[in-house]
Amino acid sequence: MTATFVGMPAFPIAARAALADTQLRHNLTHATHTIRDKRARVVGEVADWEELRQAGADLKDAALLDLARHLEQLEESLTSGGAVVHWASDAAEACRIVADVAKAHGADEVVKVKSMATQEIGLNEALAAEGIAAWETDLAELIVQLGDDLPSHILVPAIHRNRAEIREIFRSRMGASGRPAPDDLTDDPVELANAARLHLREKFLRAKVGVSGANFAVAETGTLVVVESEGNGRMCLTLPEVLVSVVGIEKVVPTFADLDVFLRLLPRSSTGERMNPYTSMWHGVTPGDGPQEVHVVLLDNGRTRALADRVGRQALRCIRCSACLNVCPVYERVGGHAYGSVYPGPIGAILNPLLRGVGDDAQVDSLPYASTLCGACYEVCPVKIDIPSVLVELRAQVVDARRGRRRPKAEAVAMRSAAWTFSDARRLARAERGSGLIGRWLTRLARLPGPGARWTSARDLPTPPRESFRAWWRRTRESGS
Amino acid sequence: MDRMRVALQVTCVNDAMFPDTGRAVVTLLERLGVEVEFPAAQTCCGQPMINTGYLDEAVPVVRTFASAFAGYDAVVTPSGSCAGSARHQHRMLAERAGDAALAEAVTELGPKVYELSEFLVDVLGVTDVGASFPHRVTYHPTCHSLRLLGVGDRPRRLLEAVRGLELVDLPAAEECCGFGGTFAMKNADVSVAMGADKARHVRGTEADVLVAGDNSCLMHIGGVLSRQRSGVRVLHLAEVLAATEGSP
Repeated sequence: MTATFVGMPAFPIAARAALADTQLRHNLTHATHTIRDKRARVVGEVADWEELRQAGADLKDAALLDLARHLEQLEESLTSGGAVVHWASDAAEACRIVADVAKAHGADEVVKVKSMATQEIGLNEALAAEGIAAWETDLAELIVQLGDDLPSHILVPAIHRNRAEIREIFRSRMGASGRPAPDDLTDDPVELANAARLHLREKFLRAKVGVSGANFAVAETGTLVVVESEGNGRMCLTLPEVLVSVVGIEKVVPTFADLDVFLRLLPRSSTGERMNPYTSMWHGVTPGDGPQEVHVVLLDNGRTRALADRVGRQALRCIRCSACLNVCPVYERVGGHAYGSVYPGPIGAILNPLLRGVGDDAQVDSLPYASTLCGACYEVCPVKIDIPSVLVELRAQVVDARRGRRRPKAEAVAMRSAAWTFSDARRLARAERGSGLIGRWLTRLARLPGPGARWTSARDLPTPPRESFRAWWRRTRESGS
Repeated sequence: MDRMRVALQVTCVNDAMFPDTGRAVVTLLERLGVEVEFPAAQTCCGQPMINTGYLDEAVPVVRTFASAFAGYDAVVTPSGSCAGSARHQHRMLAERAGDAALAEAVTELGPKVYELSEFLVDVLGVTDVGASFPHRVTYHPTCHSLRLLGVGDRPRRLLEAVRGLELVDLPAAEECCGFGGTFAMKNADVSVAMGADKARHVRGTEADVLVAGDNSCLMHIGGVLSRQRSGVRVLHLAEVLAATEGSP
């Protein structure tokens, strides 16, 4: 019943299908350009933005460099604040821990704060298998969940939907999982938000267990931080008796003061706001106030693998702002589903291969190639992740993982022969002497199906010249003149 | 001061497919009093292999690059992408291959590699190169020149000084055209979708000529424009700057 990314085709195939959806392209262009422009405006207001970015990158690097120590300190601070700390090495372990907590309280439902970590581990599906309903309470996640759909953006997971589609989803699906939408619901945003508010409120008031992630975890104080816009997150963090937070181990920052930098970088990069409406912070249990039983699941799930990657480890600086998605020309045209993961776009194209490793899965291996290396993502990243360089490194890892296979790909053969030709100018000159021939051959190839058609299906090829530059130079500049 | 030794790195794409661009650079630089050499040992910057992930294969190509251009005071190339590769990728490649001598050579060479507009504006200190090109032109800033090198408004300043040239703004100019090297083949559908949007913006300007500093990107956008029978020509910046009154 639940949609899943498992078994998604490689990026080029999924992208082709997405490109054919004109409504999707229209929705995406409108939405990404709106957020993109908003971000540019509010970032432009900050005179020392570049220094702030550098500070964010440096703080994250410092935290990651000594991750074990910071995590131990975090565990200590959390424990002394009354929280129970669990360690999960993978998705299955993390899901097991959350399910056990819910079951210990006899809960058959949990309310959820929007969280990428719980999406990553497939928590909703794992809980459903145990008979526990996980209700998404973030408006966009609710739209995705009710539509039996998949998220397509980190910040706005229903970015691929427009108002009319959302109205349809609310009208046809809300009733099955709680209070139905009013019969006369229109696609007016205020009405849609009100329908969601009424639907969610009864769940907030009823649920015994809340589940969240965290944007930051402060080692020094044991403070967990959730940054959001709607206030629905705060409902989940304060109303239930029990709170379980699944936190990636890279979310740790050493000191409370470090939040100063990140809480300025994140909202401007993410929603294009100077400050987000709700920032919730808690450490452990406060007697008589909020959840009286607090669990924190510290999640690895491939993060130590990514940390071991000399070039790729910078991806662990990511604060999940989505700025790279909103400026990416590839994402803008194909949307998030084509990436086959809850982490789409440029950051997904590096994060998924880093977390899961390359060489085993054609879908994962296709992701580092899902970019023109235009560099727009690097330019907007608030923690200066050099995504293009990491993409190139991961492409090399994909190629290296396939070396030594009995039948090399046509591409590998072509690259080897090109490299052989380019290693010596005399070989290149010889190859170019036949360029008239190459040209005629290309023209013929262009009319045939196959690799040549990938270029010529929608693009003409220029006519090759009769004389290469090298030959012209030799003829006019070196032959005794 | 001794005369500066200047080498032309014509690039593999220009050498084989667009020799007119290489000839235009020679014409232009000689008109500005620069004696330019073409080291015959040059081949390619290695980027086609590097950006597809074939780093081992690229190492001998980069070695050839480093030795072909060793000893020059400046290496000028009519490609933001190739200059970007020399300045930002070669060292990484050499270090990854554990070749300390190559790493040292490319670290020294990298800063001497200039994209054409950088060389004209920063090294020669000119923006008016004495060109004449009486056409309506729009300019596409290629991603690597813009974001990897940071050429900024240098190409525009050069174009604005050309006699008779009417420069019109290209909407969404800074958005990638979708070429991306082997991306154009591996993800042909997305590449063409991006190219079609770029072509739409170009046609909207009603320019006669689309100018850019990289023939690979122009081959892609031009391929779409040509398929659409748009009548818009694509031309490398060097060829516009080399044109003078009376030249074809």
